[in-house]
This record gives sequence, structure tokens and C-alpha cells, in this order.
Amino acid sequence: MTPTMPEPATLDALDRLLINRLQHGIPMTPRPYRDLADELGLDEPSVLARLDDLLERGVLSRLGPMYHAERLGGGLTLAAMAVPEDDFERVVERVNAYAEVAHNYRREHHLNMWFVIATDRVQRVQEVIDAIAKDCGYAVVNLPKEEEYHVRLHLSV
Amino acid sequence: MNHFPAALAGGLSLAPVSSPAGALPVDRRDAENRLRACLEQGLPLVPDPWTEVARQCGLGRDEVMERVRRWQEDGMIKRLGLVVRHRRLGLTANAMVVWELPESDIDVIARGLAAEPAVTLCYRRVPRPPRWPYNLFCMIHGARREAVLEQLGTIIRRHGLESIPHSVLFSHHAYRQCGGRYSQGDPS
Repeated sequence: MTPTMPEPATLDALDRLLINRLQHGIPMTPRPYRDLADELGLDEPSVLARLDDLLERGVLSRLGPMYHAERLGGGLTLAAMAVPEDDFERVVERVNAYAEVAHNYRREHHLNMWFVIATDRVQRVQEVIDAIAKDCGYAVVNLPKEEEYHVRLHLSV
Repeated sequence: MNHFPAALAGGLSLAPVSSPAGALPVDRRDAENRLRACLEQGLPLVPDPWTEVARQCGLGRDEVMERVRRWQEDGMIKRLGLVVRHRRLGLTANAMVVWELPESDIDVIARGLAAEPAVTLCYRRVPRPPRWPYNLFCMIHGARREAVLEQLGTIIRRHGLESIPHSVLFSHHAYRQCGGRYSQGDPS
């Protein structure tokens, strides 16, 4: 598996305007792109074309809802493992083979592999953790969320 | 993982089916599952996207918009917006800052940290001492590590956290950035 480390994309003023504005949310109206265009002094076709371009270029991964996973009835947790350097590649492949693993990041710490587990049933989280630990041969530290604090969610680009 | 069995293909019958007391009627639950699955693909880039979503999941447009509004109100949809790829935006320094806070202070400090513009996620998690004593997690993104550390320094001073044990875990590789459903926009 090749680690993904894409080059930064080149963004112009319109890209930045749209990204900054859309982080505040899409208007819940029948013609959201037209309303957005009106608000920003643009026209609807330009907004649509530019968003399409940003998705195509991989700057945006998606336009749409962020679900609250726990309220959908599924399980979700953050897990970490300490994996020796010379075994890292093997373990990454093993871990990522699980459909329930949503993100997997390498971090600079003794616990150097960090991944999110998202399951359709709450009880399934522990099953996946046990399976990964057995499969990889390392203990998995399970760090479930207790509380989420509201952030501004605005990343100025 | 499959939350949306069979419904994805559309064309399911919407005939009412009786269900146990308290549960949603099966037809309505199917419709909601189809709508969730549709939205996971992203809002279509057409002038009237809700009509397109409605067509795909076999509901009416107003019904779709009403359900989405309700999900936003009750918090099942945290927000309807965009999911950016930080690395493609040049925000390659991604720091998970973890804190070991006393139980009595954690809520107040966490709310203060979450209000910092540099903090993009703020979660309280179960600590696992002694191996992992930290109970609060914040994400800070920036173009460079030095910039992220500088921001962290400012935050520490502003919130008087000099004596709180913390650790900064930078990431450099995203071995898998999405793939699971219900992406939170970022790990942590």
C-alpha cells in the first residue's frame, strides 16, 4: 500500500471563496447553488462548474452531510497500536484490510499507528479490536469518545 | 459494513409493512436508509439537487428536505457542508494534541480550546493509564510544523495550561484517509 501524500493544489480566489463559505454549510433551500451564487455575487453555473472542478481535483472529497455516527446506531472508536518499524508495512496492510477501518494515520509517538473503527453495530467495535490484535500480534489501545466539544469548523484557506 | 442493505439499488416497494410497537414502520425506515445512502454519495451538482436526491431514493423533494432538516435539528447530521482534503489544501502539518486534564477542569478547558479557531476537532476520550494518560484530544492543522507549534504555544499561554501534561503527535502519512462510512472529516 502506498501512503498518500498528494501535492498541495493551486487555488485561485474563487476556489478560496467557495471553500471558506461552504464550511459554514450548504443552504437548506430548493436551489442551494443559486442562493450561494447570489450571496457571493456569482452565477449558478459558475458555482456548479467550480465545485465540480474542486471535487475532480480532489481538493474536496465530498459535499454533503457529516453524520453523527453514534446516533445512527453504529459503533465508532479511535484505536492506537505500537508497531515496530520493521513490521509497520505488514501491519498497515492487515489493519486496512478490515472494512471497518475508516482512517489510518501514522503518528510520531511510541503508539505510532492510529485508526478509526466504524461499525454497523456497537458490539462489533470490540470484535474488530480483538481480531486486529490477534491478527497483527500487538495490543490495540481502544480510546472511545466520551464527549465531543463544538468547534467553529472554519479553516481559512 | 453495510448499513443500507439492498436499498441502494432503489426500486424497493414502499408498501407499508407492519412493525413491532415503537419501531419505525419498515417502509419509512427503508426510505430513510435510502436517503442516507444517497446523501453519502454527496449532494449532486445540479441546480435542483434535492429533486435529484428524491428521485434516486424514491421520495418526494419536500419530504427529503424535511427529513434532512429534522436530522440537522436532532443532531444526527452534524453539518451539511463540504469535506476538504487538508493535504490538498497545503495543510500538511496535522497535529493531534493530547492533554492530561483533571476531571474537575476538563469541560471548561475543553470548551475554551474548542473555541480556538486553530482547533478543528476537540474530543474527550477514555484515558488508559499508565500507557495513555491523556483524556482530551485536539486537532490543529497548518501549513508547517513550526506554525502549528507556534499556535499551540499561544493557546497554552492564553488558557494557562503551562502545567498541564500534554503531547503533540504529528502525522505524516495517511495510509487510508477515508473508506469507512460516516467520515468525520478527519481522524481523531
